[in-house]
Amino acid sequence: MKNLLVAENVVKNFGEFKALDKVSIQVPKESIFGLLGPNGAGKTTLLRIINQITLPDSGQILFDGKKLEPNDIRYIGYLPEERGLYKRMKVGEQVMYLAQLKGLSRSEAKKRINYWFDKFEIGGWWNKKVEELSKGMAQKIQFIITVLHQPKLLIFDEPFSGFDPINVNLIKDEILDLKEKGATIIFSTHRMESVEELCEHIALLDKANKVLEGRLVDIKKQFKTNTFEVGLNVENKTELLQDLRARFIVSPANFKSLEDDLKLNIKLQNNETSSDLINYLNTKASINHYVEVIPSASDIFIRAVNQNH
Amino acid sequence: MTILSPVLMIGMIALVAFLTKSSIEKKSTIAFVDDSGFFSENDLEDNNTIHFEDLTSIGLEKAKVIVNESTQEGLLFLPNNKDINQLAKSIQFFSKDSPGMITISTLESIIEKKLQDEKMLQLNIDIQKLEKSRVKVDINLANFSGEKSSKLINGIKIGLGMAAGYMIMLFIIVYGAMVMRSVIEEKTSRIIEVIISSVKPFQLMLGKIFGMAAAGLTQFFIWGVLLFIGMIISSFVFGTDLSGNLNTTQIPAQQMEVLAQSKGQFILLEILNLPLFSMFILFILYFLCGYLLYSSIYAAIGAAVDNETDSQQFMLPVLMPLMIAVYVGFATVINDPHGTIATLFSMIPFTSPIVMLMRIPFGVPWWQILISLLILFFTFLGVVWIAAKIYRVGILMYGKKVNYKEIYKWLKY
Repeated sequence: MKNLLVAENVVKNFGEFKALDKVSIQVPKESIFGLLGPNGAGKTTLLRIINQITLPDSGQILFDGKKLEPNDIRYIGYLPEERGLYKRMKVGEQVMYLAQLKGLSRSEAKKRINYWFDKFEIGGWWNKKVEELSKGMAQKIQFIITVLHQPKLLIFDEPFSGFDPINVNLIKDEILDLKEKGATIIFSTHRMESVEELCEHIALLDKANKVLEGRLVDIKKQFKTNTFEVGLNVENKTELLQDLRARFIVSPANFKSLEDDLKLNIKLQNNETSSDLINYLNTKASINHYVEVIPSASDIFIRAVNQNH
Repeated sequence: MTILSPVLMIGMIALVAFLTKSSIEKKSTIAFVDDSGFFSENDLEDNNTIHFEDLTSIGLEKAKVIVNESTQEGLLFLPNNKDINQLAKSIQFFSKDSPGMITISTLESIIEKKLQDEKMLQLNIDIQKLEKSRVKVDINLANFSGEKSSKLINGIKIGLGMAAGYMIMLFIIVYGAMVMRSVIEEKTSRIIEVIISSVKPFQLMLGKIFGMAAAGLTQFFIWGVLLFIGMIISSFVFGTDLSGNLNTTQIPAQQMEVLAQSKGQFILLEILNLPLFSMFILFILYFLCGYLLYSSIYAAIGAAVDNETDSQQFMLPVLMPLMIAVYVGFATVINDPHGTIATLFSMIPFTSPIVMLMRIPFGVPWWQILISLLILFFTFLGVVWIAAKIYRVGILMYGKKVNYKEIYKWLKY
């Protein structure tokens, strides 16, 4: 079984409003899967359906090859975007309570809580009340609550909000570590740089529909435009520019270099290859800089959403 | 605080009892000027509450001056009038402040009795024969199953029924509001989505409702025990019979003496004669069912709103039937506990816990109780099913001003 979680033609309407319209996704085992989309695209609804908080109108969810059952919540850890804690409860008691809700025994929970509290160096917080914690501190507790029962599937909705850069890295490392240990992770965020960094697979939702899905690398290949960013050292820049404009689609580029060179984005046409371009450029100028323009996750996001509108 | 409140309650009752008692024990001195000549010393002799002082010899005008300057409560003036009917209308009482009601009624009854005797003498009625001819009728109440009853017990039944019904209303409101507040807390603190990724919303809601019911029953129990202990302690400390004290002043002096020793026992016996055990069981049953019904509504309201302030608009339809039940109970059950209105409202599930409990001390056929409980329970099942739907959607809705139309839409999600 290659996929841990499969959604098949999931439909959810809230009255007149279509939240999900026949959405299917496949989350491969032991991968980090980015669930992306603009606000109101239906991400949270889909995550809630996976967590069995909301029931779909039609369609089904397969978990580890079988139809999702109520008991499966033990194998899922969910960090919702709207998250909080009981304000007047003590930190330790609260984590213990939520761990037991997920089916851990008291002693097992205690052992794991100690492990995580030590790891995050927050052992002294056990008897603190949640209202005394800062937002970042509370987020750490919530992260621990999500992973404590060692779920097969972890779902993080905007996990980094409220963290300073140091803690963002801490959580990022933990997420990667959990993946190494065999967990599958669904990751929903608007921070595209963390998508680049973490996700191997992505799906893009827009207006209740899935508009993209696949390995990030494949999607990038699909979205690349055969454009190369070049820095050319030449005496007569205008003449070269005219020559190039005659053969390619050229636009100014912007990158840092030591030389005062001609910086361009050159888009190839008519089945020309990269080596054709290099050969041609070699005859005209010395090449200081030559790199293929790979669309960023952010570019892909914007282009895909705009195409869909 | 919740544990302390019965202690405070006892303290209050004891204080009131203590103050009433000591004010009764304080004798007031009343001077009198008797120009009529009807009253001998024996007629106006000291009793429990009044000490009489005869100022007839110095005349009304001087007596007025003296009493006005002394600490005596007032001056009773019986003018010189041989016509008893006219005399009865011309008796006066002078005082600095308004005299106490009890003092006046005591004086009135003493004078009335004396003048009545005089009148009978004038009419040549033999007082002794008259006394002998008196027949005192005291109808013994009983129901057909042979349980004896009395008029006093009717009062006790009314009292018990009212107290039970009123208490149920109070507990439904208090614990229902607690359920609502707890739902709102989970919603505003945003922990709700974390919790319901572990348990189903329906489980969470029911858990909350049943948990609060258990807490309520426990608190009930603690209060009961504390109340009992407190009663014993305070009656020991103040030497007052708390249960009877508040009525004592309304019972005429003669009867009081007769009842004084046996009254406490009498009431106790009468209460023990009531089907106390089944009343207690039914109280618990109706409390539970009524609470379950209303707290599911409270839970749905809590889920629909963002904070307690917004809940006000939904509160009225919840409080209304409870209020109506209490008023219907007070108005109809006392006069006609088995009348059409009382019976009808003890069947309607939203009022039955209160109205039925008020009726129960008067003896309600078991099939009526059974039907009413069944209606109540199945209404609860229906309401909790609807409430769960509202709850499920509501707990995940933030920042939306909710109205009835909106909630109606949620039912179809």
